[in-house]
Amino acid sequence: MPHDHADDPHLSPSGHPYRPDQDEPLTYWQTMEIAIRELLVEKGILTPAEIQAEIDAMDSRSPANGAAVVARAWTDPEYKARLLADASAACRELGFDIGPLRLIAVENTETVHNLIVCTLCSCYPRNLLGLPPDWYKSRAYRSRAVREPRALLAEFGLTLGRDVTLRVHDSTADMRYVVLPRRPEGTEGWDAEALAALVTRDSMIGTGLPRSPGDVASTVAGAEGNG
Amino acid sequence: MGGQAAGPVELAEHDHALWEKRVDALMVLASRKGFFTVDGLRRALEDMGEEAFETMSYYERWVAAVNQNLLEAGVYTVAELGARMAEVRARGDTYGEVAGG
Repeated sequence: MPHDHADDPHLSPSGHPYRPDQDEPLTYWQTMEIAIRELLVEKGILTPAEIQAEIDAMDSRSPANGAAVVARAWTDPEYKARLLADASAACRELGFDIGPLRLIAVENTETVHNLIVCTLCSCYPRNLLGLPPDWYKSRAYRSRAVREPRALLAEFGLTLGRDVTLRVHDSTADMRYVVLPRRPEGTEGWDAEALAALVTRDSMIGTGLPRSPGDVASTVAGAEGNG
Repeated sequence: MGGQAAGPVELAEHDHALWEKRVDALMVLASRKGFFTVDGLRRALEDMGEEAFETMSYYERWVAAVNQNLLEAGVYTVAELGARMAEVRARGDTYGEVAGG
């Protein structure tokens, strides 16, 4: 989605607002984070390098990893079968270490749409897609995903036909979901790399659909920031 | 939370601040090293009560839960934590000034 913010000092290079507490007075909870971290390092439990490596790993995970998995499933029926049977193993096959948790891929079809949520908190396939978006962790999303999912989806710009069954999957810490969206029309003959560019984060959460070939053409033509 | 009435979903997103990423890393690493389990974290989060979900940000709740579990595991004492927090506060007024490398 293009933003008009080229000169806006309140937005980061990726087009998101900075957290207001970055340059505001030190908070109690920030103080606690520093104190805990220093105590753990002094006691030999963690090293600063380990902490930095964990942050680097966190920063390196992104929806692009999930997009590669989806695109492979769209182009390789045997891989798709393995993904639907055991998504953890299928992701590992492509080099994405998703840790010990159980990952389940749920497939969208012409008649079934899947939506994922964590009503309890924020469980998300973070080892595949990176950290969840703010709204995924919000009370409003978590409450309404199970109470009125169709109205919720409409707010995301996704209106499902009444003939489409909507399945809402509630994640837990040990069992997380990722949506395998439907391959867009008009992509016959596309290779996995080109297809991966159509796969959005939201399409793997179920709050959106993949881009269509037409969207991609206009994105390339207007190649500006897509925060 | 699930199933309760709520207003519109706020779709704005933000980049995570360094201190938030550090809380996340502390949670992942201490959990991996066996100092607590995800259940221990959840129990601490639930114990905070509903008000915490209205008044504290996501990573504020998480750092509180990590701390609670590390205290219970005997990794450090309340006195050690209190003394270190006072020391940190005395270093300056913003996160950047006091957080070290």
